[in-house]
Amino acid sequence: MEIPRHWRLKQQRYKLVGEVCPHCEAKLFPPRDICPDCGGEAKQLYTFSGRGEVYSHTTVYDAPAGFEENAPYTVALVKLEEGPLVTAQLTDLGEQDVEIGTPVEMVTRRLRTDGDERGMLVYGYKFRPRLERVNQI
Amino acid sequence: MRKVAILGVGQTKISEHWGMSLKELAAEAIFAALEDAGRSSIDGLFIGNMLSGSLNKQENLGVLLPDWAGLTPVEGVKIETACSSGGSAIRTGLIAVASGELDSALVVGVEKMSDAKLLETTSALATAADADYETAHGLSFVALNALIMQRYLHEYNWNHADFAPFSVVAHQNGVRNPNARLQTKITEQEYQDSRMIAKPINLLDASPIGDGAAAVVLVAADEFQNNGNSNLVHILASAAATDTLSIHDRKDPLWLSASEISARRAYSQAGIQPEDIDLFELHDAFTIMSALSLEACGFAPRGQGPRMGQDGDIAPFGKLPISTFGGLKARGHPVGATGVYQIVELVKQLRGEAGKNQVDRAHIGMAQNIGGSGATAVTHILQGI
Repeated sequence: MEIPRHWRLKQQRYKLVGEVCPHCEAKLFPPRDICPDCGGEAKQLYTFSGRGEVYSHTTVYDAPAGFEENAPYTVALVKLEEGPLVTAQLTDLGEQDVEIGTPVEMVTRRLRTDGDERGMLVYGYKFRPRLERVNQI
Repeated sequence: MRKVAILGVGQTKISEHWGMSLKELAAEAIFAALEDAGRSSIDGLFIGNMLSGSLNKQENLGVLLPDWAGLTPVEGVKIETACSSGGSAIRTGLIAVASGELDSALVVGVEKMSDAKLLETTSALATAADADYETAHGLSFVALNALIMQRYLHEYNWNHADFAPFSVVAHQNGVRNPNARLQTKITEQEYQDSRMIAKPINLLDASPIGDGAAAVVLVAADEFQNNGNSNLVHILASAAATDTLSIHDRKDPLWLSASEISARRAYSQAGIQPEDIDLFELHDAFTIMSALSLEACGFAPRGQGPRMGQDGDIAPFGKLPISTFGGLKARGHPVGATGVYQIVELVKQLRGEAGKNQVDRAHIGMAQNIGGSGATAVTHILQGI
């Protein structure tokens, strides 16, 4: 049931592909038809870095159907470096406390299982605390 | 456009009505409103409802209800704007009568939530948010409000405990409302110790769901106001506005811009200022929503909504009584019916028929119904005779 929707959103879910407005250069995620900043048509794709920081966060105990097995889990509004806010789950937290301002980066994780044991595993973006990379190329 | 008035109101108790179906609940409110209005017929039925398709597996309420209530062949239509469906149905009925297309309209808000399991209900409520970019990531409706509240506490330096008065006052008012879902007092300590749902929102920050229906009869004011009908309540203003569906798309996630715009339009239609409002039925689905609504509607400065709770302004005899029959918090939040309950309660206050919940100098009252996390706001201003 959700397969066409997931297929349609694959660029966003796997790569954080949004848009850059050709008129005012506003960076948009999720993509929209009309730029909210200038009202012009926004159709030019733009891939976000995936880096940002926690703008707000909470923990979900009573999960909606399809997410029960993961509860409790942490969700956040992440402020991307390029400007937009993204709603997503936080992952790989370990013992670490999440705070407003915690630097995070996008990773690909399983969002949920669609249907029964033969159903689709739906993958998409989550954010984890940003790792220190010593040998960055 | 003609001026529109409310001639009659009706409501059911909000509860888990195991023995009643959606149509039976709606009919109880419809018949009560017609009786209160002294009428047996109506020209159109406007139905506020959000979840009948998902929770009751029943659509086409625009026929189901006239059929069940013996009102066919009047036209019927379901209006859906998530939690503000009731307010939107009132506004739609009002537009029909104001335009002269219909001479009278019956607006009923109904939600039957106890037919479904909690898990199903949680998912159904989340459909008010963006399916692709919010609910697909496991966000519940509570979680979205929690994201706003968490940031609000951080940004404006409030503690969770500072929101207690919104919940305590609503519960106090609910005690005196026989139709309320929750008729129990709570203390500030109980508020603070309550079970966490989605930090910082705990159980006593959140409104309870329930089964319920409320109805109002709308008529052209001119035809009735010279009859010496003291029950008539005038609708001075009706305005609706939208914001982005998702919180992440807002320039300022801590500001209810739809709420502000619809309130401002309503003040301007009524030719009044916020300080002329005697009581305010606001959309306290969560305590954070009370604070944000008071700010957006011009009663408190930005970031200072909780101050009105601290100062006692929102109590029944304070500067601006809110949630006078318990609000969403204690009266209950049968989602698509809520906006109509707000109007029924205002009418009772303005007629002086609010009993133990009656507030002083109830002359002009305002109701604001919010859909989604501030995505739709419908504001009505009413005046008694």
